[in-house]
Amino acid sequence: MKRSVWLLLILALVIVYPLLFTTPFLQRLGALVLLYAIAASAWNIVGGYAGQVSVGHVVFFGCGAYASMAFFTHFGWPPIAAVPVGMAASVGIAALIGVPTLRLSGHYFSMATIAVAELARLIVTNVEALGAAVGLSGPVMPRTVFDLSFTSALPYYYLFLAVLLVVLGLTYWMENSRIGFYLRAIKDNERAARSLGVQAGRYKLYAYMISAGLTSVAGTLYATMYGFIDPESGLGILTSVKILIMAALGGAGLLFGPLVGAAILVPLEEISNNLLGGKGAGLTFVVYGAIIMIIARFYPSGLLKLLLDRMAAAKPAPSDKQVRDVA
Amino acid sequence: MSMSLLQVLIGGLMLGAVYALFSSGLTLIWGMMNVVNFAHGDFVMIAMYVAFMVWKLFGGGPFMAMPIAAMLLATLGIIAYFSLVRHVMKGPMLAQILGTFGLALLLRYGMFWTFGANFQSLPENLVGGTYDLWGIRIQASRLLAGTLAIVLTIALHLMLTRTSLGSKMLAVAEDSTAAQLMGIRPDRMQAIAWGLAAGLTGIAGALIATFFYISPTVGETLAIIAFVTVSLGGFGSITGALVAGLLIGVIESLSGYLIGAVYKDIVVYTIFIAVLWFRPQGLMGKN
Repeated sequence: MKRSVWLLLILALVIVYPLLFTTPFLQRLGALVLLYAIAASAWNIVGGYAGQVSVGHVVFFGCGAYASMAFFTHFGWPPIAAVPVGMAASVGIAALIGVPTLRLSGHYFSMATIAVAELARLIVTNVEALGAAVGLSGPVMPRTVFDLSFTSALPYYYLFLAVLLVVLGLTYWMENSRIGFYLRAIKDNERAARSLGVQAGRYKLYAYMISAGLTSVAGTLYATMYGFIDPESGLGILTSVKILIMAALGGAGLLFGPLVGAAILVPLEEISNNLLGGKGAGLTFVVYGAIIMIIARFYPSGLLKLLLDRMAAAKPAPSDKQVRDVA
Repeated sequence: MSMSLLQVLIGGLMLGAVYALFSSGLTLIWGMMNVVNFAHGDFVMIAMYVAFMVWKLFGGGPFMAMPIAAMLLATLGIIAYFSLVRHVMKGPMLAQILGTFGLALLLRYGMFWTFGANFQSLPENLVGGTYDLWGIRIQASRLLAGTLAIVLTIALHLMLTRTSLGSKMLAVAEDSTAAQLMGIRPDRMQAIAWGLAAGLTGIAGALIATFFYISPTVGETLAIIAFVTVSLGGFGSITGALVAGLLIGVIESLSGYLIGAVYKDIVVYTIFIAVLWFRPQGLMGKN
């Protein structure tokens, strides 16, 4: 009961945030936190729940972003209308990577994700219809409201919030459904799960395809907000890094972990970019590299888990006392 | 076969030999402790910058750069093993992969921060000019790199299969608990493997720098090439890595020559996906 009160309180704060902080910088920052939280939550489904570490998730992000910009450029579609196209392409690519590798040890999967992302970047850089090295742009002036081209970040903020709630709702449903139980069993001990008849490869693949489809939505949203996509921002390895570090720092395999990670890292990056300018990009990723190493070495379950464990430890442990009373 | 095609073929073999050299370290570590070093390509990148600095500061060529890079990288490898890998290898998959992936980012963007994004290269005739053998032109730098790389890869294979240290390492790879009961210290053997593998990337980097572009992000490309080589050659197999490396060097050079330079990486990466689909155990791997 207490938990739901807390959650409602946080949700209320998130809803009123852009009304309290009305400067364009802070509203845009809020929208970006939510956008990366969507992508990181989508990553969490395969990386956290299924325990398969994708280091090339940007390929799905790029599918969504490029689908929306390409269909706008060539057919005049409103960018958001290409969401199904981006999702279909992402699910297809996920199958291409996942079918052969999810049967093998997890290392093959990670290596394949990095190679396919790089392959996609190289191909797109050489395809004229996808803007090659220059990239593609969205509508300069909104034709209708469906172009989702706004000057203020406020509409984006609420749009991203709505999508994030859908992604989190889906994750929560998955966590408590048959597939969630299977994934937990596989992650705990794949051999044992298999021996009990769980088709490990299949459920990992489902998780990967769901994750891929949702990540592509984040890509489409990114492209509608920025109105522009190029191979570096849409398919570069650094976007993969951002997606996975937010989920891993917050807590991979926890529903709200990616949200915590995004809320910490997005402001940090925006501020460091503002202070240091172009040179900041290199330094930001040095710091990200160090953070990733520290998470892996000391806190593989992330900050949120650490916090929850601390809170549980701080309470006078009732279970212990009860045990003694009974004894 | 036309002369120029033969020339491309030989150039590809020489490049492939260097691929085989640094990939053999990756396959050694993977076979021994089931850990993939995602920073492997960036180790090579660091060695390339060492070669660049050796030339810039002392005017030295690869013979001066190789021992320096090998020692530096071997040290880095051993430090990485004791401070990071040893701890994450027993953890969850997330920790295993993110550990070395984070190290890769740290090295890559550390170099980016220090040297900038610009591409560097060593002077073309640092090693010597170009030989003309019956109409086939071969760069001396490629010839040196290729020959040395083949010799060293074979030496690594012989060391593993013919010496007592090699037997101890293979014993740890087979079953580290059983090896420990026989009086072998798995920790020490694994540290030696990391030092050896990283040292080889040092030599490979110093060699490849004599005819390859040098940039902070070259490590990503080289890492993927190492993944392709190791998967194609078969998990843990040094001879497999040698054959696969030569093959990939040739395929890359031929596709660059026949289809166009921008497509050569696309061809190599596509081969990787094909290997995973159709022969994940690799050419030399056991089923």
